[in-house]
Amino acid sequence: MLRIENLTKMFGGLAAVKDISVEFEANQVNAIIGPNGAGKSTFFNLVAGSHKPSFGHIILDGEDITTLRCDYIARRGVGRTFQTTNLFEQASVLDNLIVGHRLRTRSGLWDVLVNSRRLQQEEKLSRDKAREALEFVGLSHVENRFIADITQEERKRVAFALALTTDPKILLLDEPAAGINPEETQGLAELIGRMKDHGLTVCLIEHKMDMVMGIADKIMVLDHGEKIAEGTPEQVREDPAVIEAYLGSDDDAAA
Amino acid sequence: MWLKLAALLTRPATKYFFIALALVFPLVAQNEYQIYVMASAFVWAIAVYGLNIITGYCGQLNLAHGGFFALGAYTLGLLTADYGWSYWPALVAALVMTAVVGFFVGVVSLRLKEHYFAIFTLCVGFIMYLLMDKWEELTHGPVGVRNIAPPNGFGLVDFTDTTSIYYLVLVFLVLTMWFIGRLSRSLLGRTFTAIRNGDELAQSLGINLMRNKVLAFVLSTTFAGLAGALYAGMVRFIGPEDANVLHTFDMITYLLVGGIGTLSGPLVGTMGIVWLTQSLQFMEEYRMILFGPLLVFLVIFFPRGIVGSFLSWLHRRTQGEAEAAAKTQQSRGTTGRRVNNNA
Amino acid sequence: MNILLQNLINGLTLGSIYSLVALGLTLVYGILHIPNFAHGALYMVGAFMTYFFMVDLGAHYWIAMIGSGAVVALLAVLCERLVFHPLRHSPPIHDKIAAIGILLFLEALVQMIWGADFRRMSSPFTGVMNIQGLIIPEQRALIIAGAAVLVVSLQLFLRRTMTGSTILAMAQNREGAFLVGIDANRVAMMTFAISGMLAAFAATLYAPINLVYPAMGHLVIMKAFVIIIIGGMGSIPGAVIGGMVIGFSEALGGFYISNDYKDVIAFALLVVILSIRPQGLFTKGAH
Repeated sequence: MLRIENLTKMFGGLAAVKDISVEFEANQVNAIIGPNGAGKSTFFNLVAGSHKPSFGHIILDGEDITTLRCDYIARRGVGRTFQTTNLFEQASVLDNLIVGHRLRTRSGLWDVLVNSRRLQQEEKLSRDKAREALEFVGLSHVENRFIADITQEERKRVAFALALTTDPKILLLDEPAAGINPEETQGLAELIGRMKDHGLTVCLIEHKMDMVMGIADKIMVLDHGEKIAEGTPEQVREDPAVIEAYLGSDDDAAA
Repeated sequence: MWLKLAALLTRPATKYFFIALALVFPLVAQNEYQIYVMASAFVWAIAVYGLNIITGYCGQLNLAHGGFFALGAYTLGLLTADYGWSYWPALVAALVMTAVVGFFVGVVSLRLKEHYFAIFTLCVGFIMYLLMDKWEELTHGPVGVRNIAPPNGFGLVDFTDTTSIYYLVLVFLVLTMWFIGRLSRSLLGRTFTAIRNGDELAQSLGINLMRNKVLAFVLSTTFAGLAGALYAGMVRFIGPEDANVLHTFDMITYLLVGGIGTLSGPLVGTMGIVWLTQSLQFMEEYRMILFGPLLVFLVIFFPRGIVGSFLSWLHRRTQGEAEAAAKTQQSRGTTGRRVNNNA
Repeated sequence: MNILLQNLINGLTLGSIYSLVALGLTLVYGILHIPNFAHGALYMVGAFMTYFFMVDLGAHYWIAMIGSGAVVALLAVLCERLVFHPLRHSPPIHDKIAAIGILLFLEALVQMIWGADFRRMSSPFTGVMNIQGLIIPEQRALIIAGAAVLVVSLQLFLRRTMTGSTILAMAQNREGAFLVGIDANRVAMMTFAISGMLAAFAATLYAPINLVYPAMGHLVIMKAFVIIIIGGMGSIPGAVIGGMVIGFSEALGGFYISNDYKDVIAFALLVVILSIRPQGLFTKGAH
């Protein structure tokens, strides 16, 4: 469903991402892991369109989206979350989510002036979508609370809900479990599982190995910008290249 | 009890009460000067509503706003005084002018991020001032433009009379507030707010940054132009000093005090400061000795201004009460009152 | 030929002043990421402080300049502690608005104490040097020499002293600087103090051949911003080169093209540059 071919990104003379090729299948949970600085976030930025690749292709459902601008890619069905999400603190959770469905609507300035049927319908639709997404992540009860008044973990789930309101085909989650405790991480894993059940494709960057090993159908390992391994959790766990990247090889330890 | 009273302020019907107050004001005012001050405050409020669109909702600090105000004033002034246009067509021309210039400035400047945009617009505002001051063939230079036509009452109303122009400006203010209210609650308004929250996030939600930013900018400059044209018709004389960056700073103060990004903030802030300045008559020249630190204080402790802080407080209290009530009535399953967060 | 050289000297003079002002601005922006809109007010207060020391207290020019530098440095540190430090985690728009608040306050205060009139400030250097037919007023030579001395001293301070290198370290790598135990607060205060001092010295050098009045900082600050955008935010050579470019453009443009519109030159340059390269001329960014 998402095919990456020879993806490369150079910053000055340095290759942040080098010649990565991988295929992510639909309706699977795919994880991207690797030591710090391996190029994982850059990879996401390239797929989502925040950065333009230096070489390579990104193909989503048969369409080459490599050179498309970020907002066009979002409209093609790529949703994403960020490591830090800027939500409007002094507005309610629901208020924050309504804009998520905007990209599927067509109302403009004229509609606002004449309060057209289309605007009213689209606003209702967006509001319903927002409620739906909120229920999916299990936060309907905080619908009217200010963002400033909910917990860190709840905020993360609101960020997911926001991405869900865009009606995505594939969801890119950037370190979703960062900074939350084991119990919350478990809840998150369940949420991702539910997303998969609903037909979504999920791609996540994560450092928490237990969680990743538990939910991923496929794992890709990056180190220094290159793909060093790919496969099921069992395969990746045994792969010597992966072990070396994370822990350093036996030879190094001996010397 | 205070909570109920406060909540009352946010009900949609309350605005009719304030409109009624405004309608009655000229009858209870002590002299014509007070009516004049109120009318000027209305005009400035219209401009600040414009500023609120690009700076409050969309989050881009536009320091050329005063320049566009003056552009509207000069367009109307020159057309009526030098070329014999009648008021209303000249007003429309002023709106078109500020919209078009706003479009071109916006397209160039809105590609710039954050600080660069503010600095760039500061310079644009200054260039506008310089042109108005030096381009004597067109703008009369430092002498300014006199004998600007007042609004044309078509023989029914004489708009050289302070009270009648007060009502005219009030009508425009109410229209402005109605439009902005519509805008802020709509999907378009929410799009602007999403951009303020972060370019990256907005783009990931499929929002076309440039198109929306330019739209917000053009809307804001058009309102500035409207205010400027009304001002010119009211004061009947304008000069390059009307484009001085200090006016932009004044409007930023009004906006911040009232409440950036809120619906009644621009009005509250403008009214508050204009009347405060009036009552501190002796200090008018040096009012910034008070307002400068006030601005700093607010930005640090109450960045949402009077209205914003009030709304936050109100929401928290009603939300808190509603959740407490819901807990003690679990079997009933209430989910809390919805507070109108757009006052 | 002589006239051209004369204009070049003027350009050098103007450029020196602009460079000094831009230097202070670029330090604060480069290291703390704060566009200090109040910098022009610091410049203006510097001029008034010198005026106060010299005219009201009867001090000698150099003493007044040092005194003014000290006062403005202190003022700048106050701004940092009371205003910018609390706002360090707020959205960037708050920094800008707060700086505007400071600017308005300082101008109103100065106007209340000294009035809005234009004042003249004298200096001990009213003579004129005549070098092979080239007339160089002593004050202008002083400006050029003074600016050069200050720029070199600044570079030496930043690169050769321990305190200076902490400032550079913060500019290059904030996280790394913390890890090594550099105190961000000290660096912030020092940076502001230096920027204030430079502004005060620039104002003091320039005032004798110009006028002193509360709004004198407006134009200068706008041009300083143009300079640091052209020369690169946070770049010292950029501030100097940019300052010289603007100084020469204005001197030559003002003479050969139009005196009325010479102020537009800097801004027109900015408009053109930013229209073509929105990230500025010398920003190394990954985009």
